[in-house]
Amino acid sequence: MSVYIESGNIISPLGFSTEENYANILSGRSGLRLHTDSRLSDVPLQLALIDDALLESTFAAVVGDGSGFTRFEKFCLLTVTCLLKNSSIDISSPDTVIILSTTKGNIELLESYDSRRLHLWHSAALIAKHFSAYNKPLIISNACVSGVAALVVARRLIESGKYNNAVVVGADIISRFIVSGFQSFMSLSPEPCKPFDAKRVGLNLGEAAVSAVLTRTKLGGAEQQIEVVRGAMHNDANHISGPSRTGEGLFHAIKDALAGDKVDFISAHGTATAYNDNMEAVAISRAGLNKVPVNSVKGFFGHTLGAAGLLEAIIALEAMKDNRLIGTRGYSEHGVSEAINVIKDTGRHEVNSLLKLASGFGGSNAAVLLRKTR
Amino acid sequence: MKTIKHIRIEQSSVFADGDELFSLAGEEYAVFARAVYKSLEIDYPKFYKMSNMCKLGFLASEYLLKDMNIKEKFVDRSRVAIVLACKASSLQADIEYSKTMGEIPSPALFVYTLANIVTGEIAIRHGIKGEELMLVQQEYDKEQLSDYVSTLIDEGNTDFCITGMVDYDENHRYFADVCLLGR
Repeated sequence: MSVYIESGNIISPLGFSTEENYANILSGRSGLRLHTDSRLSDVPLQLALIDDALLESTFAAVVGDGSGFTRFEKFCLLTVTCLLKNSSIDISSPDTVIILSTTKGNIELLESYDSRRLHLWHSAALIAKHFSAYNKPLIISNACVSGVAALVVARRLIESGKYNNAVVVGADIISRFIVSGFQSFMSLSPEPCKPFDAKRVGLNLGEAAVSAVLTRTKLGGAEQQIEVVRGAMHNDANHISGPSRTGEGLFHAIKDALAGDKVDFISAHGTATAYNDNMEAVAISRAGLNKVPVNSVKGFFGHTLGAAGLLEAIIALEAMKDNRLIGTRGYSEHGVSEAINVIKDTGRHEVNSLLKLASGFGGSNAAVLLRKTR
Repeated sequence: MKTIKHIRIEQSSVFADGDELFSLAGEEYAVFARAVYKSLEIDYPKFYKMSNMCKLGFLASEYLLKDMNIKEKFVDRSRVAIVLACKASSLQADIEYSKTMGEIPSPALFVYTLANIVTGEIAIRHGIKGEELMLVQQEYDKEQLSDYVSTLIDEGNTDFCITGMVDYDENHRYFADVCLLGR
């Protein structure tokens, strides 16, 4: 039984569709800019934020009346509404499950709302109700690995025959809660981030709402499809807030996701923190993949937390369909201990398979293999 | 897979396979959790730094693996999985962290503002390097968990799995119900 990615939608500062996001990346635009919003931070910060006015007007035009929904909820409803316009599946069918991937959901409302609404199950139930879903939604909250984890879980549930389709939604918005936490860890870069670079000093936060349809139904004819071949997750068993120096968990995740298969391209987590990027380089090297082209798109989107894995997988598969490698914005001088093949510039390259990686707090690591098929 | 052991913690009591092992009826959580920790006679000072949710998961997993020779049984710890669910995510820890936001935000509290830190703490304690996943459920849904765990096991890379619910909510209600599954 094979599982395919049928369609995807990305809502980010670089656009409200996958096509728009991909086109903006090709023209070298980044969603990062200097923000001076004192509600988020006392000091100016590089962030990739979605414009509120654009969200409001688009939501009104595409979904309808937005009153009664929080900002986070609007993003989730908007991405799924856009997604379904290009999908042939029925979200309300007993064959379909909704999977929500988020780290913090409505946390920005911590002090101003009733606590019910802060619960992640509440957000998922609201999405399920809006789309008249038949099945109870499944919610994954696994730190920064959540988005890739959602793909891995969706693939397994479809492959096992439990469902025919999964609508995977990954979303997080940026609030003072999140900003102050990352500031307390000293992990934010004052400049646009530089993944895998010698001068990298930290990450930038970003927001995105992303969704994708995974299905077992193969399109007819000769049309190219993207298969979710295999995925795996492994813990480092090392530290709750720092990655393993030996890349232990990520190495095991890569090994299980590949299971001996070859891969043409790696979409790394590449947050641009000193420890993360080096750990990834070690894991990639341990897996014998030093020559495989690697990129990070955090320089375009920032770190979008629970959306990151899904967002970056969709961008990577768009580039794969287009036979292109996207350059790592912010990377110029190699700055990790292993000689891995970090791509600097965007260019043409035949890509038939890709590995999406993610790592996060809690010692979590995940990898998923995607492949072109006919 | 069969259930090797089952631990439930609620209302200041610990049950193993249905039998009460420890009880401090009527005690508040902090007192109860400390007493359970002491009764286990282990030396793991990191326990005191953990969020309430993590302490709960930690204690439940200690009881779960207590009488088991882990070294012998968990031959390959990259084949031991932890798949848990919670209801309130890390909301209680989120509230604790948010109290420090106005002054000096505390990294030691921020790290616990993620639902899956409890799975990470259990993994570190026992050297477990297999799959680690945290689901959020409105009500404890054993079927959703076991449906997923069976797909994981069918894939053939997992020999043992710690699974169940670990929940500590914003109103200080707590509940742990975890099983060790094995071949």
